[in-house]
Amino acid sequence: MPTTTVKSAYLKGVADGAPFILVIIPFASLFGLIATEAGLSVFESLTFSVVVIAGAAQFTALQLLQENAPTIVVLASALAVNLRMAMYSASLTPWIGRAKLWQRALAAYMMVDQSYVVSIAEFERNPSLSVAQRMAYFFGAVTPVVPLWYGFTLVGAFLGAQVPESWALDFAIPITFLAMIAPMFRTIAHVVAAFGAVVVSLLAVGIPYSLGIIVAGAAGMVAGAATETWKERQRD
Amino acid sequence: MIDKTELWIVIVGLGIGSFFLRFVFIGLVGDRVMPPWLLRNLRYTAVAVLPALVAPQVLWPAVNGGSPEPARMAAAAVTLTVGLLTRNVLAAIGAGAVTLYGMLWLLG
Repeated sequence: MPTTTVKSAYLKGVADGAPFILVIIPFASLFGLIATEAGLSVFESLTFSVVVIAGAAQFTALQLLQENAPTIVVLASALAVNLRMAMYSASLTPWIGRAKLWQRALAAYMMVDQSYVVSIAEFERNPSLSVAQRMAYFFGAVTPVVPLWYGFTLVGAFLGAQVPESWALDFAIPITFLAMIAPMFRTIAHVVAAFGAVVVSLLAVGIPYSLGIIVAGAAGMVAGAATETWKERQRD
Repeated sequence: MIDKTELWIVIVGLGIGSFFLRFVFIGLVGDRVMPPWLLRNLRYTAVAVLPALVAPQVLWPAVNGGSPEPARMAAAAVTLTVGLLTRNVLAAIGAGAVTLYGMLWLLG
């Protein structure tokens, strides 16, 4: 199904990003709750979410701040958690690298796991999309996510009460990520990449500051690319 | 108590650093052509990074003191299976959530 106009690409992005509303609401609320519990004001909690927009990195920073870790350690750890964003940025460059600079800057600010994954899946599915349509799709995919990230940080901060552990909100993110990746397993190379990354991440779990994720991600990517090369050689 | 000066240094520093990480390729590399071997590796970014992020949380969840926990493992398995079979993200999330809460309720 070809996307014919920029507007319809935007709307398709909104539709494809909409399921993540279910995840962003509890996740953002949880950040607001935990931030105010750690002694942040409502204004500080909201600013944190608006300036950084990166759930996992924000939780990491908050936890280390509470443990009175040195500022440089807090920053290094939270940025290490966000290092995967540089990999996403590289992976999006062949698709939207020719867009206007302000659009790329805005896309960089709004780059989150969810918007990246739905966008890259759509770009690969419909390689004939124009750069303008791809940008529109990307901004569509973040439209349901980013405002709710701000809004529910605020709600959580105002509620200021503890969500019971029995709600198991810790598992909202793993479930979403698994649901997002499953449809992307199109070739044996994708499966090898994921499997390799999982094995290395389990072995590397002791590496500090979440750097194991980066090592494992890189290992998975190399394994996927090697499998692709091998399959191509077999075909020739 | 979190020191307010340190908090603001972290908020601003993390904001600038995160933006840089996200901007470094789409912003600075832009429309320059990247070598084919690099593009080949980048095609596997999503399917490698996200499983690497999730795997330890599935096997050794922090809420259970880092020990395996059956409800979370079952929910992860169901989410992945439904996602693979239906190729539908929402159906996979729904099935995973039902499994998680169902198992947590059954296990009391």
